[in-house]
Amino acid sequence: MHLKIRLCFLFLTATPAFAQAADTPLLIGGCQGCHGASGQGAQGIPSIKANHSRDEFIAIMRAFGANERPATVMGRISRGYTPEQIALLAAHYARPQ
Amino acid sequence: MSISRRNFLAAAALPAALAAPRISHAQAGAGRVVIIGGGFGGASAARFARDNFPALDVTLIEPSRSFTTCPYGNLVLAGRRDMNSITFGYEKLAARAVRVVHQSVVAVDTAAKQVRLADGAQVPYDRLIMSPGIDLRWGAIEGYDEAASERMPHGWVPSLQPISLLRRQLEAMPDGGNFIMVIPDNPFRCPPGPYERISMVADYLKRAKPRSKLIALDAKNGFSKQPLFQDAWAELYPGIIEWRGASSDGRVMRVNAAAMEVETEFGEKLKGAIVNVIPPQMAAKIARDAGLANQSGWCPIKPATLESTQVEGIHVLGDATIAAPMPKSGFVASSHAKHAVACIAASLAGRAPPAATFFNTCYSHVGPEYGISIVGVFRSGPNGFAEVEGSGGVSPRNAAMTAERRKEQRQLEALYADGWYQSITDEMFG
Repeated sequence: MHLKIRLCFLFLTATPAFAQAADTPLLIGGCQGCHGASGQGAQGIPSIKANHSRDEFIAIMRAFGANERPATVMGRISRGYTPEQIALLAAHYARPQ
Repeated sequence: MSISRRNFLAAAALPAALAAPRISHAQAGAGRVVIIGGGFGGASAARFARDNFPALDVTLIEPSRSFTTCPYGNLVLAGRRDMNSITFGYEKLAARAVRVVHQSVVAVDTAAKQVRLADGAQVPYDRLIMSPGIDLRWGAIEGYDEAASERMPHGWVPSLQPISLLRRQLEAMPDGGNFIMVIPDNPFRCPPGPYERISMVADYLKRAKPRSKLIALDAKNGFSKQPLFQDAWAELYPGIIEWRGASSDGRVMRVNAAAMEVETEFGEKLKGAIVNVIPPQMAAKIARDAGLANQSGWCPIKPATLESTQVEGIHVLGDATIAAPMPKSGFVASSHAKHAVACIAASLAGRAPPAATFFNTCYSHVGPEYGISIVGVFRSGPNGFAEVEGSGGVSPRNAAMTAERRKEQRQLEALYADGWYQSITDEMFG
């Protein structure tokens, strides 16, 4: 019984960690196509790398989605992500905390 | 080591340092991934695998030693870019320990899990990715075969027929000559491509051949970003462009290359000083030969993993696939590539495939400092792909913006188009 509980616990902690490890490189593919491999920006496309805190990053993406922040394409793009996905993007691109 | 493996390594003539690291199958998630095709899909897959899954042994098979992108080909046509700036080599991928093999694939043996090359070498794989691209359907328009394309260039598959042929014809055309463009029905590579081409040719005509006209004969009645393109044509190129859809007898049925003449569905014959025929298309031969295409000529795939529904164990990417509502674009091929590689890595490690989200951002240059775009975010469902509701779409129309904002929006999108091109080509070939 004791062993079973421990295995369950391991499973529960291992799964989200893997999900994040696998999902982040895929999710940032939508950003990299324009903002560059590390988010550094290119030819007027702004850098998104370590410019903001996680909370600021999330707030900016939400503002794009709500058409509350001027945008060319980001309003249309940001509405394609779930809140969980935006949190993963924020964890990847935000300034280290 | 089997004989075929030894042959393959010898044939590839690799530096010992690259050939040496053998992946032990005891290593978690290790395996040999072979990628056929070095375009947006294949090159992105190779780079993504190397950056994220070091346990994968990656071989990229591509007959050509350089890749000329379809995106930005229309800017070469307008004289705003040169061929060198849109042509890339595979050296940097090789330096990232991708085994790059410049050979044609003659057969895929799915039972033995190996690929046979033109020089006879066999390349074994644990997982196979095919990013084969497209072939043109010669003869689908009567009279339009490979010989006819020497006089009436398509400029649609740059590796076979450089866009520079069309560019030379454009430069040689006398002022007052007509440029005829023949455009196919859906589906085809790069849905906004013909209309960006109309724009870029008109840009050149306006500057260099002001008495010339462009007549676009289209086999369909609507097209990607249509209101945005047509607003811009009226604004930037008044009197230069005539676009005729299928219901205005725009469908071309046959061509006579010797006479530089095209004939429409209802029998109207038009002569052009230049005739640019973008013919109907299908998945490339290697994909059809491997049994990946259905009767439509395109390759059906499983939405969750992008594996072929026709042949077990092959992931198919990019323009060759049936993946609507995702367009046949370079960005989508790159997005497919990353997901397929992640699915392969998960499968080799005995894990379930990751959730699928795909992206597309596609800019078109309509004039100098005038860009427009379509974007999309897509997910896989049980029966296919779907765009995320409420997301995606095209740039706002002129009427939706103040004059000041409009100018800024179009300028920024032209600038961002260049940034997109730099970023995505750097990611693949840098």
